[in-house]
Amino acid sequence: MHLLSKMLILLSIMTALPLAHAAEDRLTLTGSSTVAPLAAEFAKRYESQHPGVRIDVQMGGSSRGINDARMGLADIGMVSRALKPTEQDLTAFVIAMDGIGIILHKSNAVGELSDTQVIDIYTGKIRNWQQVGGVDLPITVVNKAEGRSTLELFLHHFDLKNSQIKAQVVIGDNQQGIKTVSGNRGAIGYVSIGTAEYEEARGTPIKLLPMASQAATVEAIAKGHYPLSRQLNLVVKGIPVGLAENFITFAQSAAVKDLVEAQFFVAP
Amino acid sequence: MSIAMKRSNNRVDRRLGQIFSLLSAGAALLLMLIVLFLLNESWPFLASFWHEGHWLDLFQSQGWYPLEGRFGMTPMILASIAVTLGAMLLALPLGLANAIYLEFYASPVTARGFRLLLNLLAGVPSVVFGLWGLTRLVPLITQWQPPGASLLAAILVLTLMILPTIALTSASALASVPKDLLAGSMALGMRRKTQILHIMLPAARSGIASGALLATARALGETMAVLMVAGNVVQLPSGLFEPVRVLTANIALEMAYAMGDHRASLFASGLLLTLLVWLLSWVAHRVNSQSQRLAHHG
Repeated sequence: MHLLSKMLILLSIMTALPLAHAAEDRLTLTGSSTVAPLAAEFAKRYESQHPGVRIDVQMGGSSRGINDARMGLADIGMVSRALKPTEQDLTAFVIAMDGIGIILHKSNAVGELSDTQVIDIYTGKIRNWQQVGGVDLPITVVNKAEGRSTLELFLHHFDLKNSQIKAQVVIGDNQQGIKTVSGNRGAIGYVSIGTAEYEEARGTPIKLLPMASQAATVEAIAKGHYPLSRQLNLVVKGIPVGLAENFITFAQSAAVKDLVEAQFFVAP
Repeated sequence: MSIAMKRSNNRVDRRLGQIFSLLSAGAALLLMLIVLFLLNESWPFLASFWHEGHWLDLFQSQGWYPLEGRFGMTPMILASIAVTLGAMLLALPLGLANAIYLEFYASPVTARGFRLLLNLLAGVPSVVFGLWGLTRLVPLITQWQPPGASLLAAILVLTLMILPTIALTSASALASVPKDLLAGSMALGMRRKTQILHIMLPAARSGIASGALLATARALGETMAVLMVAGNVVQLPSGLFEPVRVLTANIALEMAYAMGDHRASLFASGLLLTLLVWLLSWVAHRVNSQSQRLAHHG
């Protein structure tokens, strides 16, 4: 029995250790999983330029980002949308733009879908490509898993609830979506435009559909014409000071433009 | 029994015993901590369901829309079971056939090569199986029966993954059957088929069963490969070509984004999965010990 108690003591010491040292040259970011990989790249570069600084990036969704920044649990929150009117106590800094594009298999004859058609396809009212001017082929609806910000933006744009969507395939990340659509002639899905553009250029058999007669390109997002796009923000409570201020200035500077583009986002 | 009870006076022995008991205690403690952690994380969710008196909704309601407060897990539990059963149904006969071929029919050179191949297959990471399934198998099924990502695809990929486990454990179980049995059956003039099916296989039963249990647990717990090919739509598994979502895939898909009750519900489904595996190994243990008792008495 005394062996067990020894183990317990050892374990508790081990878990208590990381809490012991916290310093002023530490910065914590929490929030959106769309922003987190980008912020982690920024953090890596910032750390290498400023020895001694430690930046900790944690995921947990945009709402956690808002919450943590507000409660002071994190220095900076990461949010993959614009701030709502109820969130005006926070200050947002845009670090990149992201757009969501609807993709089909390259062989699909359909070249454009209206918003109503997209809604009817996703709610299961239209089940064959024939009904929207394509060939006689059943439609495979590809949806995102619950909780993803891409899903949130898609639902918000088309004013849908997730329980209304009748999907045949549910996917996790963008790459899985692209692989699913490229392997199925009748599939329709939606992914981050930057990723889709990159894959299309590499010869993956997919095509991006225009939305509201705006071509789904990174340029259109940059110009602000494309309807289904969002801001990727860093948010702080009040006005940032010290390390947080320096990091935000760094994240909006030209020094990280290549990192933004490497993750298929659009620099603001 | 008597060996374990006898206290050794040898100091080296005693120290070795202490080291081993420490290591075992560590492993047991770790397992206990994991279960406690699961309980702790899923507690708020389970408790709120209990208090509101509708915790049966977990199993009765059909929808899984955690952001809208609907937590029906039945379709995913059934999907997990269907995928595992399907894979076992395919992999068990195939694996046994492979083991019998390996032990009784293959020439030594072929057997060595084949065994190497099986070992290799057993070592392939599950993500690789998943990628292969997503880019080759699913499009193939799509041409036949869209949408392709389906129960069938998941079963086929899982079959490939657990086949080597079953084949290798069964082969070693067959190899460890006392050679007297084989010699005796030969002396009685039994045919090859009778020797294998009626003497060797029953004698190796418990080894084969524990291999099958190992494979079942792996199939039940497999996440990545199934996530990539099963389609992940939460619905009752009604046909081979219908997409399904298994419990593990659900956790992997949503955990990174879940908060509050949603997060706790995912931990609850993890707890459920652990209980399922425990139940399975308990049943297997019972069946095993019962058959051994029967064998001794008969």
